Amino acid sequence: MAPVLEIQNLRKEFDAFTAVDTLNFQVEEGSFFSILGPSGCGKTTLLRMIAGFQEPTSGTLCIRGRDMSEVPPNRRPVNLVFQNLALFPMMNVQENIAFGLKRQGVGKDEIRKRVDAMLERVDLTGYGKKNISQLSGGQKQRVAIARSLVLEPSLLLLDEPLGALDLKLREQMKIELKKLQAEVGTTFMYITHDQSEALVMSDRVAVMNRGRFEQIDSPRNLYANPATRFVAGFVGETNILPVSVVSRSPLKVVTSFGLELQATQVNDSSSDELDLFIRPEAIILQHDGGGDDFNRFSLTVRNILFDGSNTKILATIGASDYELTVALPQNEQFAHIGKGDVIDAGVHLSSCRCYPREAA
Amino acid sequence: MKTHFRLGLFIFLTPVLLWLLLLIVVPHLELLMMSLQGKDDMGKAVWTFANYRHFFVEKIYWYTFVRTALYAITVTVLTFCVTFPVAFYITKVVSPKFSGFLTILLLMPFWVSELVRVYGWMILLRESGVINHLLVSSGLMDSPVEMLYNDISMLMGLVYTSMLFMVVPLISALEGMDDSLIEAAHDLGASPLTIFFRIIIPYAAPGITSGSIVVFMLALGNYLTPKLMGGKNSLWFTEQIYNEFIASFNWNQGAAFGFLLLALSSVIIWFGLKLSRQELGRALS
Repeated sequence: MAPVLEIQNLRKEFDAFTAVDTLNFQVEEGSFFSILGPSGCGKTTLLRMIAGFQEPTSGTLCIRGRDMSEVPPNRRPVNLVFQNLALFPMMNVQENIAFGLKRQGVGKDEIRKRVDAMLERVDLTGYGKKNISQLSGGQKQRVAIARSLVLEPSLLLLDEPLGALDLKLREQMKIELKKLQAEVGTTFMYITHDQSEALVMSDRVAVMNRGRFEQIDSPRNLYANPATRFVAGFVGETNILPVSVVSRSPLKVVTSFGLELQATQVNDSSSDELDLFIRPEAIILQHDGGGDDFNRFSLTVRNILFDGSNTKILATIGASDYELTVALPQNEQFAHIGKGDVIDAGVHLSSCRCYPREAA
Repeated sequence: MKTHFRLGLFIFLTPVLLWLLLLIVVPHLELLMMSLQGKDDMGKAVWTFANYRHFFVEKIYWYTFVRTALYAITVTVLTFCVTFPVAFYITKVVSPKFSGFLTILLLMPFWVSELVRVYGWMILLRESGVINHLLVSSGLMDSPVEMLYNDISMLMGLVYTSMLFMVVPLISALEGMDDSLIEAAHDLGASPLTIFFRIIIPYAAPGITSGSIVVFMLALGNYLTPKLMGGKNSLWFTEQIYNEFIASFNWNQGAAFGFLLLALSSVIIWFGLKLSRQELGRALS
């Protein structure tokens, strides 16, 4: 199937600053595609270029195979849900949703039918006559999405629309958005700096940094096999240890406090100074043996950070002062662990991922 | 505690009440009474509607009245047309730092009195004025033309003197508008024209209404500018009032005219609010 969005060598420069640096990617029809990156990485600029509010310095942007360079925003088959929603305060819910349809010259009865259907879809039946100021944050959210979706765009762009909501509502909206996307089948392109939003909702995630994509992959792969040091550090929680290479093939590294570990090299690098990344949940407590490809060390518990199913312990490794974050499964087996305990722990070599150290 | 609160309320309310009573209610009652009085054949004061009847019988009064109302409306519309692009440019196009400077620039002429500004225009426009001199000396015209003392110069003068009262509410209304509203409308398929009429104008409507009310009232009640720039032909209703009070010394007739002008402006503003579906309270808040 042809991609909905195809971007080739897209660049955007502001004076001396390159916001978007030669991007190439495609978005498949009907998928939920997220762009994840820290603020200032160029993701909003990219989105605004797709919507047509900013012109690329160079490169092409095709939607459904059609070049968009000469098409103004009001003629593009994409719609944007703004970060601050930008609902029209002088219109009620119905008029807001009908705004785009009226511009297309759809008949009155048809507009009413489609607006009502859309209201039902976003669970706002009966809210048509309400003013925007009477709605709660989550309801405004849904009106903003409905206003764009009712136009049946080829591509729906969402610019961090959950940013302004409180945590509980955000969690709820994440699930609702994912469900909604699955129901309507419209291609969603979602921009966020919140990795949990991107991981939970998306089919594919592009991690963006300094105007470039570091990796485009499924959420699972992104988490399990980060391709670059940036992705490894940005997506999910992780422990970072500076290490030096002892031997290559098989890779053995030693930490600054003298602990030798078997590890996996991710990027090819001739450098002997590497950074070792270990996920908190990759460290297995009270292991029973394990094979040759298992690193063993002892941990001294310094602190327990209780957070329900997300509980972690802070522990120093070996005789050092180096603190690791380790996930603590909430079951009977580990209930007795307390401050100051020394526990055997281990980690498989495939979970010890080494990346070249970044030049400071 | 309660009496304490009441005393405080009373202290703060007194100046306001005194102001309203002494400067607005009492003079108007006095005028109303005056307008309903006349002298009989013996020269004795009697209650009568003659002053009002006079207005409806004499054609010239009617003519001036309607003319003043229509021109005041024209001035309001013209002022809006002139100031809206300016307000939009200041709030949405230039950078915020520069927009403050531009606002000050806009306010600057209003630091001098209206009289001085009108004289300024007269110096520019009159037969021996600056513009005529330039046109003749550059050979574009053979002889100077009188540009003052006609309706157009009067309208221009009125628009000029009331611009500030339109531009300030417009700027504050447009400043509150999020740029993303314009972008959202554009994204949803609206053309620039539709954005202007469906998004920007409705959003700025309270500002437009309050600006229009002030400009309309000022134009309707202006005496100086029509007198100086419109000359003898200006036929502004305030001049009729002035004539009754000062020239004819007929205070009763003048008071009646004053009340008719008050009624006129109230009716037109009420009608304007109905037409634009605005509420007075919201527009003036």
